[in-house]
Amino acid sequence: MKHFSPGWTLIRIYTFLVYVFMFAPIVVVIVLAFNPKQFGIFPMEGVSLRWFIKLAQNESIIEAFRNSLILGSLTAVFSTGIGILAALAFIRFEFPGKNTFNTILLSPIMIPEVVLGVALLLFLRFLQQPKSFVLLLIGHVVLTLPYVLLIVQARLVGIKKEYEEAAKTLGANAFQTFRDVTFPLLLPAILAGALFAFTISFDDITATLFWATAQNQTVPVKIFSMLRNSISPEINALGAVMILLTVTTPLLAGYLSRKFSKVRS
Amino acid sequence: MASGKKKPMVQFKGILKRFDKVVAVEKMDFDIEEGSLVTLLGPSGCGKTTLLRMVAGLEEPTEGDIFIKGKRVNDIPIHKRNLGMIFQNYALFPHKTIFDNVAFGLKYRDVSKDEITEKVTRALEMVRLPGVENRMPSQLSGGQQQRIAMARAIVIEPDVLLMDEPLSALDENLREAMRREVDNLQQILGVTTIFVTHDQREALSMSDKILVMKDGRKQQEGDPESVYNQPANHFVADFLGHSNFIAGEVVGVVDGHLNVRIETGDILLAENNGSFSKGDAVEMIVRAQRFDAFPKAEFEPVEGMNHFEGHIKDRSYMGGEVSYFIKLGADREIHIISMMRTRLYEIGEAVSVQVAPHHCYLIHRSES
Repeated sequence: MKHFSPGWTLIRIYTFLVYVFMFAPIVVVIVLAFNPKQFGIFPMEGVSLRWFIKLAQNESIIEAFRNSLILGSLTAVFSTGIGILAALAFIRFEFPGKNTFNTILLSPIMIPEVVLGVALLLFLRFLQQPKSFVLLLIGHVVLTLPYVLLIVQARLVGIKKEYEEAAKTLGANAFQTFRDVTFPLLLPAILAGALFAFTISFDDITATLFWATAQNQTVPVKIFSMLRNSISPEINALGAVMILLTVTTPLLAGYLSRKFSKVRS
Repeated sequence: MASGKKKPMVQFKGILKRFDKVVAVEKMDFDIEEGSLVTLLGPSGCGKTTLLRMVAGLEEPTEGDIFIKGKRVNDIPIHKRNLGMIFQNYALFPHKTIFDNVAFGLKYRDVSKDEITEKVTRALEMVRLPGVENRMPSQLSGGQQQRIAMARAIVIEPDVLLMDEPLSALDENLREAMRREVDNLQQILGVTTIFVTHDQREALSMSDKILVMKDGRKQQEGDPESVYNQPANHFVADFLGHSNFIAGEVVGVVDGHLNVRIETGDILLAENNGSFSKGDAVEMIVRAQRFDAFPKAEFEPVEGMNHFEGHIKDRSYMGGEVSYFIKLGADREIHIISMMRTRLYEIGEAVSVQVAPHHCYLIHRSES
């Protein structure tokens, strides 16, 4: 069906503009990353990798990258670990206060990050502890746990209890049942959850600004502080790298999981 | 059929199960003899599955004890009970090959690799599906998946085989074939089997013993013939087979027979099993298949038989047999199922119906 009424035309234009406003800045960043000149002026005079090279030589940025990768990976590990256990508890067991507890664990999704950032800092102050990498890690786990929990829970609901019951009647104890039946069936959700945790941790800025110390700055925090001084084209290059990473990681994971599931069936 | 005195394999002693405040299984005692196939029969929600799951260890009894092989198992965890369970929706592990599915239980027992391969192969032959080792469960049909589930359960040589409505997900024709197969396999292996179903035909055709349940209460236990022919109460008679219920009162005892006056005022003869006396309020149960219908004009009453007259109100043709609803008098209707004879009776046709006194089974009306 085709619509040519003025209403539909307006909706089309509006939609188009929304996408332009969303993606144009990203495109501009990527394009300008290849600009040989110090200032971003269109039309560009040639293409160069100059800023990428400069970026690779910038010790503090490399350091920030390392921080981000370590933090993201550890966040993914802890978040998924806790998320799996919590999901099992919520879906497979009955205990008093279950719903309340579930809501509390999911609440970081609904609370503005600024509030979360300040709250954790105040709590640290109350405990009279200094800011540290551990704090940053705890913060990121709290931030990413709801996503892992939601994904793993959704999958767990779909895994019929009978599989676990069958395993148990056949002689598998609780741990063996989890290892041989529940875990393999949960694996896609676990991987997806870990990936979410990693990417969210990797490009979180708001809360991280409150928690990061000078020694453990992450890439977004670094970009933010660089922007305060000058608009160096290096930032464009860094932005391009970040975009590449955050877009390709999930795509790669999706491709891999499809490939693995094909091998199995 | 279980012959002689065999020792009980599974025993329920004063077993009771409550979920919060709802009683799922009312206090009961029940024995299951070694090597027999026992059916737990009843409508959904009657507690039959809960009873089965308590044997498996998937539910804990609120009160009472369960014994397997004479040993109390209340505190023995599921995985140490050595049982084979078959689920309604097969519950094959979707991420494992058929081989790994069947071998699953053997992995946790002290069995060498070669022995596992041998046992799996033998189990697959027993369920008549050899050579499917490398397929995935999703590549098999429903009936095939249920056979694999059976292979997976018997390969561990369980003390008791538990089946939770294993055939109800299959279509009608397949169900019939699978029923015979389960029956055969059980007899070959001689494994004690508890079979949960709501299908009376399954229960009647396979069981050594049937336990009929309703609302968590035991209604009757016994072999198929006695449960069918001597139902303990209205519910059992109604649940198994097609029954007619006629309220009446015992008005006389005549050498071995009872005279029962029914609602219409007619007096019918019924067999006396000794537990009735004059004045008792009774309910007469007559199976729909026990009536014979004759065209009214050709009918000659036989001495000592009950007979009524009526006309055909409704009929349904079911192939080999015909189901008729016959109107007797003003508001009494009986259901009869008769084998196809020479011709079908027409709706509205006057017929005479005859039934032998020994097919008129009485229960006390308070039991209904």
